[in-house]
Amino acid sequence: MTEYGFAYLDEPTKRMIRRALLKALAVPGYQVPFASREMPMPYGWGTGGVQVTAAILMPEDRLKVIDQGADDTTNAVSIRRFFARVAGVETTTATEDATVIQTRHRIPETPLSEGQILVYQVPIPEPLRFLEPREPETRRMHALEEYGLMHVKLYEDIARHGRVTTSYAYPVRVEGHYVMDPSPIPAFDNPKMEMDAIQLFGAGREQRIYAIPPHTKVVSLDFDDHPFEPGRAPQTCALCGAADSYLDEVVTDDAGGRMFVCSDTDFCGGRRARGLRGPGLSVAAGDVA
Amino acid sequence: MQAAQLSGGFADPARDGARAFRAILDAMARPGRIVSVAGASAPGLSDAAAAVLLTLCDADTPVHLAVPEAAAWLAFHCGAPHADKAGCAFAVGQWDALAPLDPYPVGTPDYPDRSATLVVEMASLTAEGSALTGPGIDGTANLSLPDPDALRANAVRFPLGLDLILCAGDRLACLPRSTRIGGA
Repeated sequence: MTEYGFAYLDEPTKRMIRRALLKALAVPGYQVPFASREMPMPYGWGTGGVQVTAAILMPEDRLKVIDQGADDTTNAVSIRRFFARVAGVETTTATEDATVIQTRHRIPETPLSEGQILVYQVPIPEPLRFLEPREPETRRMHALEEYGLMHVKLYEDIARHGRVTTSYAYPVRVEGHYVMDPSPIPAFDNPKMEMDAIQLFGAGREQRIYAIPPHTKVVSLDFDDHPFEPGRAPQTCALCGAADSYLDEVVTDDAGGRMFVCSDTDFCGGRRARGLRGPGLSVAAGDVA
Repeated sequence: MQAAQLSGGFADPARDGARAFRAILDAMARPGRIVSVAGASAPGLSDAAAAVLLTLCDADTPVHLAVPEAAAWLAFHCGAPHADKAGCAFAVGQWDALAPLDPYPVGTPDYPDRSATLVVEMASLTAEGSALTGPGIDGTANLSLPDPDALRANAVRFPLGLDLILCAGDRLACLPRSTRIGGA
């Protein structure tokens, strides 16, 4: 019978990742290079998040894995079952019961607490990459706090469109120093990044780890006369009626019908379990509930 | 070989190491918080320092060990190469043996992570003394620091600088370079 070492990774690999995590916490928002390993899923499928989770898990943890807010999509299920198998940890879909939450591209609606760790899957860790493709250049820009290029991009959005058009992966400034990519979470989620839990970020293909300690200042980039707006669709959730959660738009027929539902499946299910209901499918195309 | 250098490792290295790391992670994420770690012991070192070394050090981390009685234990359990202050990833010892801080690597502007971590053996560790603020701290925390002036000079160099793990008995607390150190 073959058994995996606890949490799949070998101990030297865990130590390497753990050292990177500690340096990342000591320099919030700075991207620490790490020797990303081959994992049992291809690059682009969450290997960075999986490596961080594997390096931090204890047998006593309760693990939640979400993908765009949902516990039940293929990759969330697959990663959750992977850790149940190689670490023997309890798994859960309830945000408030989890001690470690691995997430792709959302922060849970339920506020996180001191005993929790949020592990983000990150595709492109460098917030300046779409403006400057060269790593030595972006590394030097961070060293010099030379972020003018990013401010120009935001300014040009306002000049052309009247507002910043970045709606996800909205850049933030951490403790007034490093500009950081929060991963492709919706801009709506950015204010949640000032929280009581520890936030760890893993990019497997790009081989970078970064971190935000609790109670850390995380400010979305903006201008005094054009302050940051965390946008969401104006509707309420068709299933549970929530007016303050991030919504997914679901096409329901080929005549333009659509409904808006909470992206966070556990949040929505919890509200429905408490008897809260939304307008349902009766909302016609184009209506604002 | 003495029994002391062969014993004192984690009984279950993967799981005990995971639990010890979570305590260290929690302490580094919440500067000033004192946590306890169990499962390791070494001649000449506190149990907390021994646990830190087992959890974080191996053949890839040159260690400047200012505690000669622990050298054989470190070699057996971690296989960490010896280094002088200027070439180490970790330095271990009492403050008087580790100070002054000038020789240690503090990282570079492009790679501030390439800095040493100091594992400082303290006579005692209490939530009293210097007022700490900054990332990871809700308001203010207090912690007994070995040399507040030297550590303020370290903090001024942010994002470069050293990160500290303060140890006493089975307890430890962390002082990352991001923490601002006030009076007392």
